Amino acid sequence: MATTVYTEADQLEERLDQRAPLVLGGNDFHSVTELVARPIDRPGNMWWPAFLVSLTLLGVYGVAVAYLVWEGVGIWGLNNPVDWGWAIVNFVFWVGIGHAGTLISAILFLFRQKWRTGINRAAEAMTLFAVACALSFPTIHVGRVWLLYWVFPIPNQMAAWPNFRSPLLWDVFAVSIYGTVSLLFWYTGLIPDLATMRDRAKGALARKLYGFFALGWRGSQRHWQNYESAYLILAGVSTPLVLSVHTIVSFDFAVSQIPGWHTTIFPPYFVAGAIFSGFGMVLTLLIPSRIIFGLKDLITVRHIENMAKICLLTGTMVGYAYAMEFFIAWYSGNPYESFAFFNRAFGPYSWAYWTMISCNVISPQFFWFKKLRTNPLFVFIISIFINIGMWFERFVIAVTSLATDFLPSSWDYYSPTIWDVASFIGSFGLFFTLFTLFVRFVPMVAIAEVKTVMPQADPHHHPAAASKHGATVAARGGAH
Amino acid sequence: MVGKPSVALAEFDTAGEIYHACEHVRDAGFSRWDAHTPFPVHGLDKAMGIGRSRVPWIALVCGFTGAGLAFWLQAWVHSSAYPLVINAKPYMSWQAYIPVTFEVGVLFTALGTLIGMLALNRLPQHYNSLFKSARFERSTDDKFFISIAADDPRFQGEETLRFLQGLGASHVELIED
Repeated sequence: MATTVYTEADQLEERLDQRAPLVLGGNDFHSVTELVARPIDRPGNMWWPAFLVSLTLLGVYGVAVAYLVWEGVGIWGLNNPVDWGWAIVNFVFWVGIGHAGTLISAILFLFRQKWRTGINRAAEAMTLFAVACALSFPTIHVGRVWLLYWVFPIPNQMAAWPNFRSPLLWDVFAVSIYGTVSLLFWYTGLIPDLATMRDRAKGALARKLYGFFALGWRGSQRHWQNYESAYLILAGVSTPLVLSVHTIVSFDFAVSQIPGWHTTIFPPYFVAGAIFSGFGMVLTLLIPSRIIFGLKDLITVRHIENMAKICLLTGTMVGYAYAMEFFIAWYSGNPYESFAFFNRAFGPYSWAYWTMISCNVISPQFFWFKKLRTNPLFVFIISIFINIGMWFERFVIAVTSLATDFLPSSWDYYSPTIWDVASFIGSFGLFFTLFTLFVRFVPMVAIAEVKTVMPQADPHHHPAAASKHGATVAARGGAH
Repeated sequence: MVGKPSVALAEFDTAGEIYHACEHVRDAGFSRWDAHTPFPVHGLDKAMGIGRSRVPWIALVCGFTGAGLAFWLQAWVHSSAYPLVINAKPYMSWQAYIPVTFEVGVLFTALGTLIGMLALNRLPQHYNSLFKSARFERSTDDKFFISIAADDPRFQGEETLRFLQGLGASHVELIED
């Protein structure tokens, strides 16, 4: 069957009479399978160094956590009044990153955004690993980790129960259920691809392992029907779930009385920021991955452009929220609230505040220009700024509000210790160790889903007519 | 050891071919048959004449069960098991119970959806006579298959193979169990 060869130029040209092609380079179904499986067959010479560096950082995390459990949270830079420091900042940072994966897998699915198929698998994996990092911080933050079971409603010898009227407990449920549901959704999407890996595996062990997790999937249409229904329901429940998770994370702050935290704008502002930070991380991961693993035909410049547009949108929403917080602080006439915000921008932490503003509000504005947002290297650089800026946002919110609280005599400047830094850097070790293992053993693009968005997947597709049309597209693309 | 025929398998090259072949198999009155495709082919369930999925009903029941249990747990903990006034809130402060109720509802829906989908599909099932066919391995790659089970009342061995061949199959075979 003749396959039309689409190029980047066809894809970036905005046409009203047809949708842009999502798979480039004249791939057919078989070549898509091979393209995605190649990094697993031959991970290349970049994989081991990447894995070993990640593993070393994970070791740093292990040491930092072990010393924390041994000695207690006193090893961190916490003081009174700043009794929530980097641990909560890192928690919110990581859980926010997870949100982009669910947005891509669930919300874009409900909106029938077919381009999501190229990136949803890796983004969902990123979600799982980010949530694992996020959950580790409150776990170690409790100090006596062996008493963590107190947060769960388990009948115990003290006849005591957790307080369900506290947002901190809602958070336990929200984040752990978010992690679990993301894992179920990710695995559901994986079943057909694991069957593909099983059927093309050369080694007996690989065949057995992929086969075990593929559950005996045989592409039956009767199965696909239940499967698609299940997939739609999982997308349908993940959508309100992901919006609820960062809403509840924001309640940790908003339900308290601290000026700078006690604001009603927090839920939408946190959700927008979470999606913004998550897309930043997806771009940071996928722009190098598509080159290293030869996936440029599936994760195309148009995918990068679309993600850059979402960064522009959510970054601007976050900027609006920053401005609105200031406006309300002034408009409320409340001196504590006004002081808290004036102090954020011009007080002892103004360096953190302006880092946040430049990274989160100013840097995405470059994406108004098509030339810049279709330049992968430029988008990659901005994505790093977004990651930095969103970490600083949580730092600004958590620390500036506490450091200068109601009573000036108790004000204190917070600075982290080496152990705060070690646990933060170390959490990247956990994240990248999991991610490198993922790209080594799991298809990092959803094979079956990408096939559904190729023109030849449509049973009423006429190859002859399409290739004629494609040829005109190619000719027009060439003329530019 | 040669057993008796268990399934007739026909291979097709494109989504369009299997779509039309399925319409013919459906119209010929077969009941115990299936199509196997590397991805869900749009509209193929209609071409095969199979009804709607029952997964949504399972999800609905599980979701309400989870939400109901979660609400009951919180109400019971704060009004009966461990009644404690915190922040001057009433024992039965139902507004505060909504987040956990919602989250647990979602958890039960997701678990019910995945487990229900697998149960309806009778998976995991690591043995199937279709896996004996070497060509069938491409059903998860780029080929499209129709299988008609030997216990279908209209199954007639070689005759059925010829029928499938006539629908434009690029390859047909009988798999023995």
